[in-house]
Amino acid sequence: MLDKNKENSYFLGVDVGSVSTDIALLDYFGNLITKKYLRTKGQPVRVLQEGLSSLKKEYDEINILGVGTTGSGRNLAGVILGSDVVKNEISTHAVAASKLVSDVQTVIEIGGQDSKIIIIRDGIAVDFAMNSVCAAGTGSFLDQQASRLEIDIKDFGGYALKAESPVRIAGRCSVFAESDMIHKQQLGYDLPEIIAGLCEAMVRNYLNNVAKGKDIRTPIVFQGGVAANVGIKKAFEKELGEEVYVPEYHDVMGAIGAGLLARENILYKKNKTKFKGFDITDIDFKTKSFECDACPNKCEVVNIYQDGQLIARWGFKCTKWEAV
Amino acid sequence: MKKITFPHMGYMNVPVKTFFESLGYEVLIPPKISRKTLDLGVKYGPEFACLPLKINLGNFIEAMEEGADVLIMGGGCGPCRFGYYAEVQQEILKDLGYEFEIFVIEPGILKNFNKIKNIFGNIPYSKIIPSAKLAWKKALVMDDIYKMVLENRAKEKETDIIDQIYNDFLEEIDNLMTIDAIEEINSKYSNKINQSIGEYKQGIEIRVGLVGEIYLVLEPYVNLDIEKKLGQLGVSVEKNLYITSWLKHFLHLSKEQEVIEKKAEKYLKNFVGGHGIDSIGNTVRYAEKGFDGVVQLAPFTCMPEIISESILPSVSKEENIPILSLFFDEHSGDAGLQTRLEAFVDLIVRRKQNKEGILYA
Repeated sequence: MLDKNKENSYFLGVDVGSVSTDIALLDYFGNLITKKYLRTKGQPVRVLQEGLSSLKKEYDEINILGVGTTGSGRNLAGVILGSDVVKNEISTHAVAASKLVSDVQTVIEIGGQDSKIIIIRDGIAVDFAMNSVCAAGTGSFLDQQASRLEIDIKDFGGYALKAESPVRIAGRCSVFAESDMIHKQQLGYDLPEIIAGLCEAMVRNYLNNVAKGKDIRTPIVFQGGVAANVGIKKAFEKELGEEVYVPEYHDVMGAIGAGLLARENILYKKNKTKFKGFDITDIDFKTKSFECDACPNKCEVVNIYQDGQLIARWGFKCTKWEAV
Repeated sequence: MKKITFPHMGYMNVPVKTFFESLGYEVLIPPKISRKTLDLGVKYGPEFACLPLKINLGNFIEAMEEGADVLIMGGGCGPCRFGYYAEVQQEILKDLGYEFEIFVIEPGILKNFNKIKNIFGNIPYSKIIPSAKLAWKKALVMDDIYKMVLENRAKEKETDIIDQIYNDFLEEIDNLMTIDAIEEINSKYSNKINQSIGEYKQGIEIRVGLVGEIYLVLEPYVNLDIEKKLGQLGVSVEKNLYITSWLKHFLHLSKEQEVIEKKAEKYLKNFVGGHGIDSIGNTVRYAEKGFDGVVQLAPFTCMPEIISESILPSVSKEENIPILSLFFDEHSGDAGLQTRLEAFVDLIVRRKQNKEGILYA
C-alpha cells in the first residue's frame, strides 16, 4: 500500500538536546536526504517549529510517513509533533551508527551535556555507559573553555593539531580541569599546547570514567557535536592506538536513528503515523509549571498547552496529576 | 511515655512498629520520605557522607519535631562506613539541640544489657517472643506479596492496577495484630494480583535481577522508584535482598550467604563490606538462572559496591549477561535514570529478538 508513494514519502527524525535540536529527513529506504543542526538556545519548541517550517519550504511536496523523537526533550517534541516513536538517545545512536557503518563495534558519543559509549556486536547494542555526576568532557565544557580563551569553537581542534608537546592537564572533572588549565597558562605555555593538553585530558577522563571496563574494539565510530573537533579525534587515536572514524553526519546521528526507528515502526509493524502535520508550525505551544503543595515533595508539575488547551503533563511523583 | 522512632527503609516500618506496639510501647513513624527529608539531611549531614546517612538524619529530625525521643538505628563494624553512622548522627542531632536517647543495634548488643533496660525497661522474654513472631510473620507476608508485585507489574492488565492493590494491602496489614489475620490477607491479595495479570507489555518476557547496597535496593525514594519504572517498561524484577533475608543472615538462620559466597568465589573471595560480595554472587546466580540482565544499585561513593562495580564487567562477559550499574546521590535526576533504563531494556529486547531472528533496522 505504501509502496506506491515511495517518491515523496519520507521519515522524520528529531533529536532535541540541551545544546542542539537536530532534524533528519530520511527517504522511504532510510537514507538521509537532508539534515538540520539548530541551536536549541533554551527554546526547543520555537526552534523545532522554525526548523520544520524551513523544511516545508525546501520541499514542496512532502509526505511524512512516520516521525521519531529522541534526546532529553524527546517527550516534549513527541507531544508537539505527534510522534510515532519516542526513544532514548542511546538506542537511536546505536541504530544510526550500525546503519551508517555496518560493522561498527564501538560508538563514542559526546554531546552537549552527556557523553556515552555504546558497545555493538553483530549490529546490536550489547553494552553501554553514560557519564554520571561530573560533566567534564562534554561539548558544553569545551564551548565554555573556547569562549574563555576567545577562540571560535570551530577553530578549537585546529589549534590542538599545531601543538608540538601537549601540556598535561588534570581532567578528573571540569572544575579541576579549568583551574589546572589556568595555572598552566600562567606558567606561560602557548595556546596550542594548552588546547591539545585539554583535548587529551578530556579523552583520558572519558576513557577512565565513562568507558572504563568496556571492551573497545574496532571499527570505532566517534559521533555527536564534539566529533567535529579534530583535536579530540586525534587525542582519541593517540590514546587508543586505533583509527577513529567520524561519520559525515556525526552531529545528527540521534535524529537519524530516531527516523530509522520510526521507519521500522511504520513499515514492519504496519502502524499509521500520528504525525500532526506541518501545520504545527503555526500553533501556539506554551509550557507552564507550578509547584504542587499537596505533600512535602513539592513536585514541579509541568503543563504543555496547545492553543490554550492542556495536552500533556509531567514532573509529578504521585497519581494526583495523572489525568490530562 | 517515651516515643520510639527509627529511619525508613522500604516497608520495614510496618513490622518494626508492630513489634514495639505489641510490647506496649508508643511508636512514632517518621513522615514519609520526601524532598523535605532529603533537604534536611543534606543541610545537616556531612557533605561526603552517602545518601542513606542523609535520609536517615532527615527521618530522625522530622520524627523528633513530631515528638519522638527514643531513636533506634543500625550500627556495625567492618569496612563499610555504615557502622559509624549512628555515632555521627547522634553528634549532629545533639549539636542541633535535640534531647533523645539512642539505641544502636549492632553485633554484641546483648552484652550491653543495662543500656537496653535503661531505655526500654524490663521486658520479660514471654512477651518478646510472641511480639517477634507477629512482626516476623508480617515481614514474611509483605515480602511474599511484594515479590508478586515485582514480577507482575510487567504484565498488569491496566496501568498501575498492581500498585493500587499493593497500596491497599499495605494499609490493611498495618493494623493486623494476629497471625491468622495476616495469613488471611496473604491469600486475599495474592488472588487479587493473580486476577490482574495479562500479557507482557513488551510482548516478550524480560527478567532482570536487582543487586547492590541494601538501603538503595529496599528504599524506593532513594532509588527513584526504579522497580516501578522497570515494571512499567515491561520488566519482571527479582531480588534477593529483603529485611527478612538480611535478618536470617544476621541471626545465622539461613545458609543463603554460603551459596552466594560460593558463586562469587571465581571473581571475589574476600568480604569487602556491606553487600559487595552479594552483588557479585547474586549476579552469577541470576545469569545461571537465565535472567536477561542485572541492575546494580548503590549510593555514590559506596566502597563495597565500587569494588563490585569494577568486577562486574568481567562477570558480565564471562556469564554472558548485560549489567547496568547505577549510583545515586542527592543530585540524581529522574530523567537521566529513565533514559538509562529505557536503553537497557531496549538492549535486552533487541538481544532477544536478534536470537529469534526478528530484527529489522
